[in-house]
Amino acid sequence: MTLEKTAPTMPQGTEEEVVEAKKRLPVWVIYLLPSMLIFILFTIYPFVKTVITSFFATSTTGSLTQFVGLQNYIDLFTNGNYLQSLGTTFLYTILTVPLTVIISLLLAVLSAEDRPGMGVFRTIFSSTMGISVAAGSVFWNLLFHPTAGLLNQVIRWFGGQPIGWLTDTHYAIFAISAVSIWMNIGFSYLVLMGGLKNIDDSHYESVEIVGGGFFYRLRKVTIPLISPSLFFVCTISLINAFQSFGLIDMLTSGGPNNSTNLMVYQLYQDAFVNFRIGSASAQGIILFVLIFLISQLQTKLTERLVTYQ
Amino acid sequence: MSKIEIRDLTKSYDGTLNILEKISLDVEEGEFYVLVGPSGCGKSTLLRIIAGLEKITSGTLKIDGKLANNMLPKDRNLSMVFQNYALYPHMTVKDNILFGLDVKKVPKDEQKRRLDEAAEMLGLTPYLKRKPRELSGGQRQRVALARSVCSQSPICLMDEPLSNLDAKLRGQMRTEIRRLQKKLGLTVIYVTHDQVEAMTMGDRIMVLHGGKIQQTGTPLELYNKPANTFVAGFIGSPQMNLVQAKRVGSTLVLGDSVTLPLSGEEIANLPQGNQWQIGIRAEQIEPASTGTEGVCRVKVVNTEMMGNETQVLFEVGDALFTARWTGQYLISIGSDLAVHLSANDFHFFDAEKGTLIRPALHIKGRAALSA
Amino acid sequence: MNKTRTIVTYAVLTVAAVVMCFPVLFSLCLSFSDLSDILRGDYLPDSLNLTNYINAFSTQPLLHYMLNSAITGVLSTVLQILFSLLAAYAIVFIEFKAKKFIFLIMMATMMIPGEVLVITNFQTIRSWDLLNTYAGLILPGIASTFGIFLFRQNMMQIPMELKEASTVVGMGEFGFFWKIVAPMVMNTVVTLAIYFFLVNWNSYMWPLLSTTNDTVRTVQIGLRQLKNTEAVSDYGMMAAGAMVTSLPTLLLIFFGQKRLQEGMTKGAIK
Repeated sequence: MTLEKTAPTMPQGTEEEVVEAKKRLPVWVIYLLPSMLIFILFTIYPFVKTVITSFFATSTTGSLTQFVGLQNYIDLFTNGNYLQSLGTTFLYTILTVPLTVIISLLLAVLSAEDRPGMGVFRTIFSSTMGISVAAGSVFWNLLFHPTAGLLNQVIRWFGGQPIGWLTDTHYAIFAISAVSIWMNIGFSYLVLMGGLKNIDDSHYESVEIVGGGFFYRLRKVTIPLISPSLFFVCTISLINAFQSFGLIDMLTSGGPNNSTNLMVYQLYQDAFVNFRIGSASAQGIILFVLIFLISQLQTKLTERLVTYQ
Repeated sequence: MSKIEIRDLTKSYDGTLNILEKISLDVEEGEFYVLVGPSGCGKSTLLRIIAGLEKITSGTLKIDGKLANNMLPKDRNLSMVFQNYALYPHMTVKDNILFGLDVKKVPKDEQKRRLDEAAEMLGLTPYLKRKPRELSGGQRQRVALARSVCSQSPICLMDEPLSNLDAKLRGQMRTEIRRLQKKLGLTVIYVTHDQVEAMTMGDRIMVLHGGKIQQTGTPLELYNKPANTFVAGFIGSPQMNLVQAKRVGSTLVLGDSVTLPLSGEEIANLPQGNQWQIGIRAEQIEPASTGTEGVCRVKVVNTEMMGNETQVLFEVGDALFTARWTGQYLISIGSDLAVHLSANDFHFFDAEKGTLIRPALHIKGRAALSA
Repeated sequence: MNKTRTIVTYAVLTVAAVVMCFPVLFSLCLSFSDLSDILRGDYLPDSLNLTNYINAFSTQPLLHYMLNSAITGVLSTVLQILFSLLAAYAIVFIEFKAKKFIFLIMMATMMIPGEVLVITNFQTIRSWDLLNTYAGLILPGIASTFGIFLFRQNMMQIPMELKEASTVVGMGEFGFFWKIVAPMVMNTVVTLAIYFFLVNWNSYMWPLLSTTNDTVRTVQIGLRQLKNTEAVSDYGMMAAGAMVTSLPTLLLIFFGQKRLQEGMTKGAIK
């Protein structure tokens, strides 16, 4: 009798518990909620919104006025200004990325061995990672300054004609590139140094025993073994180059004569100065596609070329 | 002329602490020479000095009779097998084996010939196109060996090459390395912390401890006549039983607790003095049924049954002794047990310095067989 | 190691170090010099003249900017670490159906450049009336895929048995997270804290957009103001301002360099 009585109440009890559990949030939601909320509000939503906006004509406040299909994109690719800024971005990338990576690699390889004084070199080479775009720009602006700057002072000492480093269309992009390389060496150097430090000493000692020289070691051992770090640095540098904004805003504002007007600076101008939100959104999506392609390329190349232990 | 000759070699990184002190050794051509000792004893440093990867602080190193203190590693004409094999993950097995031959300007067809021979010898022929990560631990080990073989250097240095393998593979590779060495007539210097490897592989062994040579000799010399208590405890498994002993009349008191009556012959064989450290091998302790002479009673702490043999652990003062008996002995833990010990089987060491005064007079189970 | 190689190595490194340091050293000199000296091309100061530093702080709200940067920098960093820890914990230690999907989405968002998002985020923050507030400055950035990724890598090395053991003794989910997991990933916390603070202190575009007056303006945008509004161009003061604002992050690099290097390597090699 007692058994019959208690038996039906058992499932009832668990049912209540199930309902109770359903009312409460599952544990994982609580842990993921803060990050997910931010991602949804400030990454996923704006991304979707930008994609949509890029197909619309917009008012100056950014509200969508009319669906125009691909018109924003067509306008961009027929607009000399935008095409020029794309071209400038590619030029800037070619000028900065290879040099940044090669210089960082060389410095890292030379300063990787634990010898007296290397700590000082390592600190110096990684230090630009601690310098902001704004401060770095100020430092270089003073070097480049037409009258007070050291560069022109040196030229004058040698009796040359001062150069408008940031105001002459022939020089500005190179000047900006130099600053960019200087700024980015810190990060690349640090990553590559980390990669080098992970190489087991025995790999170098094997080379020593067979008598391979510096370049043999670099080509046969060092570069293949740090290829993951090297690819990482290349990708990040490429992406950074496409995203460059602060330097331009601080040093040239895209000038002279649009010669340093990089993609993101153009995007900023259109979105926040000219209030052409639709066009700016389309530019954002083009930037996204470019960066997406670079990442894909990196993944593919990594799979094919990079060696993991 | 010795292949490798070292005299009074000292190594120090900071000028005050010696990693190696006054090391002298001679390795003959075709010899398998083992450097053994606990970690931090300096054995790897010594090997790396021979390779030229570390500088000598003082003393001399000669290879083939030529002074080699400042010779570059590549000019020493030797190969090295590293503990982690130093295989390059981005190269195929083939390229890993041939690594370095291009630096030495070995012609392509000669490289091919050596590769085929080494791969055949080590059973790597089917794997030449693979990457190291696709190989098992034992196969990687063989690739490292093949690299050494291909270099055709007369001297091969090995730094704990088997320590990353599991016990079973280690046994196999021991035999394989030894066979390879004999076949090629290599002079091998082999570093290990494992006394079993040292005993089973070495023609001669050097025991290092705290940067100093403890003893040099053949495996059986070390086993039968350990120069001091360190070697006695290090070589042999189970460890030699060691305890303080003093003579009281016609008895020996072991570890202040166990009294062992001695026979006249045993008393006559005692070394001078009346206080020593004594050592006895596990197989030289015998079970005793009754009787008085050479019999003492001990308390059993544990027994380990292996099926074919039984290890009995018992207390002697502060020390824990192990006896190893063939067969199955059913002894309950905690019981009193009578064991037979003979002072003639004891190694006598200086009570303070631990140096050998008198080795055991009998060696159990020694026999010479001839066909 | 032969001698010539050593000499060449040190020579190359020394030259490179001088070149790398040069822009900063040049500004350091200017920051102690008179404007008139600078214009004459006399860059080496005769004495440690602190006028430029005093001017930078007295005529410009530099201290206020630095305080803003410190507040937003620390606040962002703490929240980024906390949120990343929580999210990574859920992904590694809690079983649920959508786990793989959510993680994939998170990693995918890493490929979206922030510059694409600022247009909408600006509208959002403006519509919430959060322009010129600390909240508006930090909100869009306090979830970090990089942080989640690095913590996940780190937590995956913690054996599941530890969680089982804590369940057996009756420790709750949060107890396990806070008392066991968080201390075990402390190294990564420190590395990420250094990294996040560097990035936050140095961030440029979002602070530029989300501040229109001095109330919460950060030091980077302060420098921009300084550069653009000084009609006379007081170079010594510019240099002094840039020097001071770089000091906190430079110190962080000097002391945290090893940590960062190790952390970056983990991030780089999957």
